[in-house]
Amino acid sequence: MIPFITSIFAVTLRAGTSLVYATVGEIFTENSGILNLGVEGMMMMSAVTGFATAYHSGSVWLGFLVGILVGGLLGALHAFLSVTMRANQVVSGLSITLFGTGLASFLGQRIGPAANNFNLAGLTGPRLTAQPIAGLINIPVLGALFSQDFLTYAAYIFVPLAWYYLYKTRNGLNLRAVGENPITSSAMGIDVVKTRYIYTIVGGMLVGLGGAHLSLSYTPGWTENLTGGRGWIVIALVIFAMWNPARAVLGAILFGGINAIQFRLQAIGTTIPSSFLNMLPYLMTVIVLVVMTIWESFKKRIGAPAALAVPYMREDK
Amino acid sequence: MNDQTQKIILEMRGITKRFPGVVANENVDLHLHEGEVLALLGENGAGKSTLMNILVGLYRQDEGEILVRGKPVQIDSPRDSSDLGIGMVHQNFMLIPTMTVAENIILGMADLPFVPDIQKITKRIKALSEQYHLKVEPEAKIWQLSVGEQQRVEILKLIYRGAEILILDEPTAVLTPQEAHELQEVLKIMAAEEKSAIFITHKMDEVMEFSNRVMVLSNGKLTATRMTSETSPKELARLMVGRDVLFRLEKEDATPGEIVLELENVKVKDDRGLPALRNVSLTICSGEILGIAGVAGNGQDQLAEVITGLRNPHSGKVYISCKDVTNKSPLGMIRSGVSHIPADRMGMGTVGSMQVSENLVMKGYRNEPISSGGVIRPKKILEFANRMIESFRIATPSPKTRVKFLSGGNIQKTILAREIDACNSLMVAVYPSRGLDVGATEAVRNMLLEQRKLGMGVLLISEDLDELTSIADRIAVMFDGKIMGVINSADADIEMLGLMMSGTRLEDLQDEASSVDIKD
Amino acid sequence: MQIFFEKRKSLSRRALILVPIISFIVALLLGAILLALTGVNPIVTYRAMARGAFGSVYALSETLVVAIPLMLTGLGVAIAFRMRFWNIGAEGQLVFGGIAGAGVALHFSEIIPGYLLLPAVLVAGMIAGAIWAGIPAALKAYLGVDETLTSLMLNYVAILFSSYLYYGAWRDPMGFGFPGTARFVEEAWLPRLFGRAHYGLFFAVIAAVLLWFIFNRTRWGFELKIIGENETAAKYLGIKIASNIVLALLLSGALSGLAGASQVTGIYRRLQTGLAAGYGYTAIIIAWLAQLNPIAVLFVSVLMGALYVGGDQVQMMMGLPSAVGLVLQGLILFPMLAGTLFTEYRLRIIRPQKSQSVESEAAS
Repeated sequence: MIPFITSIFAVTLRAGTSLVYATVGEIFTENSGILNLGVEGMMMMSAVTGFATAYHSGSVWLGFLVGILVGGLLGALHAFLSVTMRANQVVSGLSITLFGTGLASFLGQRIGPAANNFNLAGLTGPRLTAQPIAGLINIPVLGALFSQDFLTYAAYIFVPLAWYYLYKTRNGLNLRAVGENPITSSAMGIDVVKTRYIYTIVGGMLVGLGGAHLSLSYTPGWTENLTGGRGWIVIALVIFAMWNPARAVLGAILFGGINAIQFRLQAIGTTIPSSFLNMLPYLMTVIVLVVMTIWESFKKRIGAPAALAVPYMREDK
Repeated sequence: MNDQTQKIILEMRGITKRFPGVVANENVDLHLHEGEVLALLGENGAGKSTLMNILVGLYRQDEGEILVRGKPVQIDSPRDSSDLGIGMVHQNFMLIPTMTVAENIILGMADLPFVPDIQKITKRIKALSEQYHLKVEPEAKIWQLSVGEQQRVEILKLIYRGAEILILDEPTAVLTPQEAHELQEVLKIMAAEEKSAIFITHKMDEVMEFSNRVMVLSNGKLTATRMTSETSPKELARLMVGRDVLFRLEKEDATPGEIVLELENVKVKDDRGLPALRNVSLTICSGEILGIAGVAGNGQDQLAEVITGLRNPHSGKVYISCKDVTNKSPLGMIRSGVSHIPADRMGMGTVGSMQVSENLVMKGYRNEPISSGGVIRPKKILEFANRMIESFRIATPSPKTRVKFLSGGNIQKTILAREIDACNSLMVAVYPSRGLDVGATEAVRNMLLEQRKLGMGVLLISEDLDELTSIADRIAVMFDGKIMGVINSADADIEMLGLMMSGTRLEDLQDEASSVDIKD
Repeated sequence: MQIFFEKRKSLSRRALILVPIISFIVALLLGAILLALTGVNPIVTYRAMARGAFGSVYALSETLVVAIPLMLTGLGVAIAFRMRFWNIGAEGQLVFGGIAGAGVALHFSEIIPGYLLLPAVLVAGMIAGAIWAGIPAALKAYLGVDETLTSLMLNYVAILFSSYLYYGAWRDPMGFGFPGTARFVEEAWLPRLFGRAHYGLFFAVIAAVLLWFIFNRTRWGFELKIIGENETAAKYLGIKIASNIVLALLLSGALSGLAGASQVTGIYRRLQTGLAAGYGYTAIIIAWLAQLNPIAVLFVSVLMGALYVGGDQVQMMMGLPSAVGLVLQGLILFPMLAGTLFTEYRLRIIRPQKSQSVESEAAS
């Protein structure tokens, strides 16, 4: 039994890593008041470009770098459209998803090696390998924490740092203020436009990191529809985490875990339909949203940044 | 501390500020001593807020200069102003509800370290809180605080950030009498600590109790400065309204008929849960215009909302033509024949992105001939629209032009046309000539008089005393959610109106003809 | 020096017409650059796409196959967006409509007389779609819960539910282990016009005309428009807001549900994978590109369908990724998104003297 649980936990952590980075990125973006629905497209693009770079250059780290940059670039595009051009954020984000998934699929068939017909599918490229820590991996259940790859280990430090940044530093305070009330923040001397740009780009970079992790560690490699809707899970996770990086871990484990469990459960022959299990996180997210909003109406504000997806116009009115 | 020999900490000389169509401040001089509490008294539109907004960097003056501690300064932004030690507590607080008191206080401070030492900050807030009698919990979240406590946070915010000159905009508007008393204490302590304060108000008792000196503004000009101890509410009221003679129009005598509107002991709360109408009773007959005078924000908005169904009273009754309509919805009121010309033309009275013709039928579209059985007839709409455009002389390139491109006066005419057409018993007009030029204003007033002639009852809420005395048959004055008194407009004089508008009851005025400090 | 956007004094007619056209051209140009960068001749590619989408009766029918569900979901989304209700759940509403339709077709074929079966299937699809849209609508209208996120989440619930059904509970026992339900009885098949293009086309056209009529000629449509444009004014005018939002969204969902039911009865004739093809998301783009005009939605849907099908064709003929079409779809959007700003705003550049104009905007 214990080895079974431990192995599930290990897979959960692996699956959850890319989710965690992307979710924290989107948390930062949404905390500034910008809703980015382009996560799926960004993850696809960074996965494919990251893998292609790693394959052709031989360096995993270069691949990650490119993935991060691509994510940041798409983030910049979204920021430009949403903040400067005051476009509808929903449409802008969806456009990035549409474009990103299309382009990723296109590139996946065009920037591979000639030997494979320019296709990237089915190739084995450089990858991030697991780096188990001897001794610690033998601890029952928790040992799973120590059989992971570098980025997962980095996540153990990154998430608390992100939490600290958001809630304990001056920058985090300013960020949250912008998402809650841009007008007041501006009156108090904060540059709303700059803040939104920065965190949409940084958010995009983290999403890119998450995407690259899929093709450079988790799967690894490239196939059509590699992300498989994870981008949408990320958006759900942000709500589920109530815009707090610490809770994002919980959500990532939950969503990642359910994914892991379903295969294992089928293997040991249970009859719980896997689809229902998969549905749970989404249903729970809806419930979380409803509960939060009702609480909000009793003036107990624990909800979304109040100015989320509301365009900010200083010269208007 | 009221020592006029204390040094002058702030001077504004010859300040003039123009906006399109209006001169908000004309050659205004102001000076403030260290440790002094100065009141800025005036009606809406007198220029008090504009003057203070210049001081805090939200506007820049067209002419004139500002000196702080004897040195001329340029204030181009809120940052400049706060660097000079000037800070303002606005009527609408600039606070973020989900964050704590401490977080709100330090937000955006220039010299905040990367990781703020919350312990130290909390301690300092507590110390200041003690010192100035501004009790708040630094760890509390803003949404948990009462309005009065939130105001304390705003004041603390300024003091924490080193403000020496504090400006308060209508500070007791949101406070209970007890809290107002506490605020008075705070101001005294601040003066003792050699901080100076300016507060904007229209309330006489506030002026008399809180200030050392008072400046009266009227129509953008400085009318007078007095030491508070050397003046009286009567004198101030006269100075506030600004002239001796009220404008009157030749009009036919009213022939009031049956009662069209009756309010009986109505009590209403505003969005924040504070009482907005406290036990209001009044009646309007057909064929008469009842004017409501008073500085904006004393319950007039809620009065209009109760009568038009946009807000329901929690106690009391409303009758239209003797039918009880107390808890009806806006549609119910519309069906009872009530028309409403709202204060917010673009936000409520029209849909800017839709056509003039569409806006004109927004009350009549439910009936023949515009629609029949759920289907709308565009031709009928156009006919109706053209008729309205002509008879009300609405200047628009075409009936299909979108309303948002029309001038203010024409937008108002559109609303008037629609509402007059739909009106069947009572018309509620809220600040109808606000922001309009002379021609449009005249047109609006004539239309209201026409309705009166046709036998409608009209409730006219206005800040313009001339408008009230020239059109209304009777005038009721509102202050702090109560009716201070109702008089025939023919009998109204400046002093009387001014005193009622700043808090004196009519009975008290009539009782003591020669008394000085009359309180309500 | 300040550069900022200033609201225009009148809607720029010019911009309204030019922006879509210029965006399309820019998209073609950007696409051409992209293709050239990966070593492909853009002109040849575009020509192949056009031929693949419109070059023969068969091509046209395939384009319509994709366009039909896009039209219906696009119309549904357009209704919602008019109310400023960000319904991103069209995908789930479509799938749920397909599920309901399949459910009736599979389990009630014995009970319902033959000639009523297909209508029952389609109606079931519409009801299901309506319910799926009604949930976020009610949550928003009565509880104030953000509709963007709830409608999005329900997409996944619907998709997962449908895979549960065709992998599990409703799987065809004689399907050789492949996922998918049994084939429907013929009475439940939606007839086709030519090729695989089915009667859904009529539904779409009728729906478009109906919607046009509702919005431009009925009291209800007038009220909906007002609610969407200015909710405060709507309240002042006595229009009921919450119930109207829900009603409009029920209609919106019903259209997407009809799309799903007609896909399932017109194309696949069973419930299987492939139903959730992302049309619900494309519908949002279409509605937006069509500026929420029902008739325009029809044309934009055909254009989008052409891009999908043209892309497939290009894959077969030139060995290029079929995703070319998707890329072009995405590329059209960015210039459009940027461009719509210019219909409402004008670019202003102010030299370094202290600007009065900013203040006068603030004052008025």
